[in-house]
Amino acid sequence: MPEVVIVGVDGSEAGTRAAHFAVDHIGEPDASIVVAYVVPWSAYSIQTAEENERRHVAKEQEARSAQEHIVDPLVAALKERGCDAVEGVVRHGHPAETLCQLAGERGALHVVVGRRGQSKVKSMLFGSTPGNLIQISSVPVTVVP
Amino acid sequence: MTRDLLAQEGGLDQRVNDAFTTVSDAVQAVIFYEVTIAGATFPLVVAWLAIAAIFFTVYFGFINVRGVKHSVQLVKGEYTAPDEVGEVSHFQALATAVSGTVGLGNIAGVAVAITIGGPGATFWMILAGLLSMSTKFAECTLGVKYRRENADGTVSGGPMFYLSRGLAEQGMAALGKVLAVAFAVFCIIGSLGGGNAFQANQAFSQMRNVTGGEEGFLGGGAAGVVFGIVLATAVGLVIIGGIKRIARVTGKLVPFMAVFYVLCCFIVLGANFGAIPEAFRMIVEGAFSPDGVAGGIVGVLITGIQRAAFSNEAGLGSAAIAHSAVRTNRPVTEGYVALLEPFIDTVVICTMTALTIIVTGAFTQAGTEGVQLTSDAFETVLPWFPNALAVAVVLFAFSTQLAWSYYGAKATAYLFNESKVADTVYKVVFLLFIVIGAASSLEVIIGFSDAMIFAMSIPNLIGVYLLVRVVKRELKAHEEGLRTGEIVKLKDRAGA
Repeated sequence: MPEVVIVGVDGSEAGTRAAHFAVDHIGEPDASIVVAYVVPWSAYSIQTAEENERRHVAKEQEARSAQEHIVDPLVAALKERGCDAVEGVVRHGHPAETLCQLAGERGALHVVVGRRGQSKVKSMLFGSTPGNLIQISSVPVTVVP
Repeated sequence: MTRDLLAQEGGLDQRVNDAFTTVSDAVQAVIFYEVTIAGATFPLVVAWLAIAAIFFTVYFGFINVRGVKHSVQLVKGEYTAPDEVGEVSHFQALATAVSGTVGLGNIAGVAVAITIGGPGATFWMILAGLLSMSTKFAECTLGVKYRRENADGTVSGGPMFYLSRGLAEQGMAALGKVLAVAFAVFCIIGSLGGGNAFQANQAFSQMRNVTGGEEGFLGGGAAGVVFGIVLATAVGLVIIGGIKRIARVTGKLVPFMAVFYVLCCFIVLGANFGAIPEAFRMIVEGAFSPDGVAGGIVGVLITGIQRAAFSNEAGLGSAAIAHSAVRTNRPVTEGYVALLEPFIDTVVICTMTALTIIVTGAFTQAGTEGVQLTSDAFETVLPWFPNALAVAVVLFAFSTQLAWSYYGAKATAYLFNESKVADTVYKVVFLLFIVIGAASSLEVIIGFSDAMIFAMSIPNLIGVYLLVRVVKRELKAHEEGLRTGEIVKLKDRAGA
């Protein structure tokens, strides 16, 4: 079974760099790459009644938009480079936790993410996906600047 | 300049009040039709709610006690399937419903109960709160079971749908339609009264209280109208102007205010620690042998039940509208979650208010009513509290108004086939009632609110009784699934 590498992307340049880095430097040549986008979502956020009523439609729209604008173009770009075993995935949830969960499900040996370079204050207040991932991941994590 | 303006228009609040009193009296005479049995006089509708709560508690085998643990597990997401992530969670449906119910009923309503019924009213209020958990369980299960998925992917649910669709399924389509229409009509009018005018009234009352009372900035003759217009503008920006940001900010502030409020209750209780046993004695003794309460024990009992119902809304069907948005393939799970609503609202928050009012002795003062009484009770320990309470009251009033405008709008949409014109007309009338509420006196508003809100329970509970077997079937299937291991926690699932 070929090695699986999960690449977490968020639509930023850093995510794209992470995906190319994974193809170039991580894993065996026949490694299979899973490009994953996680729509940030908490089951404990407070919503208005109207938002609840529209939630199912909104979820589908968010997933479709991420698939079309972020995941699909990146998958196509990687395939163009000759990397055939590429797959795109869109999930909802806590980004770092969901990437870890996905890594577990696919038996991945590595998770690669980009780094946005947000300010110290912002990271301290809200944390960052790479930061969280490093703390909770059970497989090696590579953070691409 | 504003002060001069208010003085000149001296009689406007009074005129609005007089006109409204006539309408309110007529409505109350019908809804609160009183009967006398064995020398005790009571409004039939209160017995209607209490009997329903007792019946559902027994029929579902004390689900209000044995279901609590499972409902907490559901709220924590322990049974959430992976494909349900990103949809409305049980927690979110509960939080939305709770921010609609937690509000002035918990602060002002409890004060009203103690003023009328004495400390003993608290006992019956708590008991009514515990029993009404079962009513909420039944109606919210039905709300999810018979909700409608619209063509655009949105969902609509609530009594209108379980009455019409559920009863049609039982071969009672005509009756279902009549009940659904009656519910929708009462819901629209109820949303204008208890869900709106009462809120505006109490928010204004507390604001006037902290700005110097009759002599202060808001003491003038038209101050109520002016305050009402300001509040109506804020509500209008959200419900007509579509400025969701305001609603979202309020939604986040309300749980924070509720926790802050309960913490303040603890501080006041802590400062009067020695008086707590005496307060409990007064609650229990007052419940069975009240002194100087009109109607004796029945009077206290009715006051307690009435305020509990007004606060937690069980049996009225309103919460079923809010709960029906949850995404689950087992409607009864939302029923379980809804159990917690009367518990949080009545058993926790209302009881804290009641204890605070009793331990501080604030209820023995003559001439103070509603939210001012609660405010006075807190002020004995926390001198700055009236100002904080004024902010909290306005926020609670605002969030309850947003919730009820949603219920009313859904009822309007049902009656007028999703008409945009009807929706706008309803919302404009809703805003008008904010102004009426702020300008009228407390008795008129509270009488009218109660009447309309209780009216909703008539068609709603008839429907729930007729559909009670459906709920039982859902409950049994779920319990069976839990027993056989067909329904397991996420962490126990194979491969998880």
